[in-house]
Amino acid sequence: MTIRVLVAKVGLDGHDRGVKVVARLLRDAGCEVIYTGLFQTPESVAAAALDEDVDVVGLSMHSGAHLTLAPLVVEELRRRECSAPVVVGGIIPAGDVDDLKQAGVAVVLGPGASADEVVAAVTGCAAS
Amino acid sequence: MSDQRGTSESSAGDRWRDEFAGSVLRRVPFETMSGIPLEPVYGPADGERPGVYPYTRGPYASMYRSKLWTMRMFAGFGTATDSNRRFRDIIDAGGDGLSTAFDMPTLLGLDSDHPLARGEVGRCGVAIDSINDMHDLYEGIDLGSITTSMTINAPAAPIFAMFIAQAEEKGIPRARLGGTLQNDILKEYQAQKEFVFPPRHAMRLVRDTISFATSEMPRWHSVSISGYHIREAGSTAVEELAFTLANGFAYVELARRAGLPVDAFAGRLSFFFNSHIDFFEEIAKFRAARRLWATIMRDRYGATQERSLQMRFHTQTAGVSLTAQQPEVNIVRTAIEALAGVLGGTQSLHTNSMDEALALPTEKSARIAIRTQQVIAHETNVAHVADPLGGSYFVESLTDEMEVRAREIFDEIDRLGDGSMLEGCIRGIEENWFQSRIADSAYELEKKFNKGDRVVVGVNRYTEGNQDSDLETLRITSEDERRQRERLGEVRRQRDTAVVSEALDSLRSDATNPEVNVMPALLRAAHARATLGEMMHTLTDVFGRHVEVSSI
Repeated sequence: MTIRVLVAKVGLDGHDRGVKVVARLLRDAGCEVIYTGLFQTPESVAAAALDEDVDVVGLSMHSGAHLTLAPLVVEELRRRECSAPVVVGGIIPAGDVDDLKQAGVAVVLGPGASADEVVAAVTGCAAS
Repeated sequence: MSDQRGTSESSAGDRWRDEFAGSVLRRVPFETMSGIPLEPVYGPADGERPGVYPYTRGPYASMYRSKLWTMRMFAGFGTATDSNRRFRDIIDAGGDGLSTAFDMPTLLGLDSDHPLARGEVGRCGVAIDSINDMHDLYEGIDLGSITTSMTINAPAAPIFAMFIAQAEEKGIPRARLGGTLQNDILKEYQAQKEFVFPPRHAMRLVRDTISFATSEMPRWHSVSISGYHIREAGSTAVEELAFTLANGFAYVELARRAGLPVDAFAGRLSFFFNSHIDFFEEIAKFRAARRLWATIMRDRYGATQERSLQMRFHTQTAGVSLTAQQPEVNIVRTAIEALAGVLGGTQSLHTNSMDEALALPTEKSARIAIRTQQVIAHETNVAHVADPLGGSYFVESLTDEMEVRAREIFDEIDRLGDGSMLEGCIRGIEENWFQSRIADSAYELEKKFNKGDRVVVGVNRYTEGNQDSDLETLRITSEDERRQRERLGEVRRQRDTAVVSEALDSLRSDATNPEVNVMPALLRAAHARATLGEMMHTLTDVFGRHVEVSSI
């Protein structure tokens, strides 16, 4: 089964180099990838995840708002009874990883994550 | 001073000699450590010289012998008061220029109490909601002598108005203000993606700020045409060079369409480039940029004043070259990139801090970054001789090659715009041409890293020690967000709302008429304590919003 992934930019952060590279990496690894575009809200990401019936939601965050926004995305997904795991990547300091996981984020990929780690995280999540 | 100096027939050597003779020099011995005296520049008698058209070797005849580059450090976080403290640290550490980083809500023209601002206030820059924040930001800093640069684009016009208005309230007339407004909206659509209005309306605001600064603020740089973000978003060095200059030509065409003669404003345009880790390619890029700007401004746009032809630029070391692994090694990368900027003849320089792949810099890491510049400036002697790599077979050949490749891209943009760079840049944005090219280049580079074709120390090779770092990073808390909202609430309570609505009404009516310059109305609104969000909301009512059609 092909894994369907929604990659999203949530909040005001316009840095889209990472999300586009990750989208192509995942596509080349055989995933079906849907990109939300910029400036999404937690609500719009959750709605898109449901509409697209995705297996995994990936958030790319570079503005420091991850502790506020990533938990809201998880909350909105679960409120809509979407159980897709959430993977967060970007400029995430190591000290924030536990807080994100407690908020229901499945995997956190820090600024040093390699392409293989990104693909493994997404496929691993989708399998579990 | 002759207007035609750049194009006259006397030899470059003679013109350089005259120009150099009139320069005031720094009082340091211009010699090597063993005491060998150094010439200000080297080369054959009939060769190119700095300060002489086409300026490949530098915009000024005496270059760093007269004045070292400005050590302009980019900073901003939390509230205006927090950032003011960091600004003073930078000045105390020997920085002589300021560069203001705004937070995401400010970059998008939203007030700190806007629902979409949640979690973003003060996180990666300073939050500015009203002129009161602007006052706190520059409190105790002599804006008549320290120049300041503001990295702001979509809301550049209202932020500029707030800046001018606060200086005027402190008694500094606008004509005395020196500094730079980034105000380069084209690269926002292409790369940085902090846009608000549709491109053509946004360009009208750029036109208004250029016209205003041209007539009222002789010391101000109204646009800083920025390749930095294009490169950070993934372009190659050649694309950075070509897209940036093409954007520059687009602003020139815009101002000419508004009726300004090219020599009235071109001298106040400045540039901002990235200095990445490929040492010689970067130096060649800087040299090619100066030559291209001078020749095209003269031959295509008819500029004749020396200042219109001399490209001056700021440089920042490459944020994307920093690694989260073994972050201390980033000090070395930054030093090499900074050196490329200096050997390439930059007018000002920001050096990134070692911890910036992880967070905003701490006070300590920012100090090391400025110390890096001071080592280059004062210990290495590289500033003694202008364009020290000029004449190297390799560097000259690479400079020529960069120029040829950039011209090929100009031709493509020209075709997109049916012979107009302005139209070509706007259509290129509307058709996703720039955005796709940048994303393609980013992905190509990523594949090289993944395959190990390009080595990054600590990332895909030499990873021993990756777990050892115990670097402390700066943390911005939601407490800052709460404080900023309180400050904003106070402004809203204390101002005269009738004056605010009147100012916003006149802004709306001025914005509706494309023949009118919005700057005077924005200045009135700033003085009235209208918030940034209110001014931007008024403008979006008239102009609408841009939505990017994004593709992977």
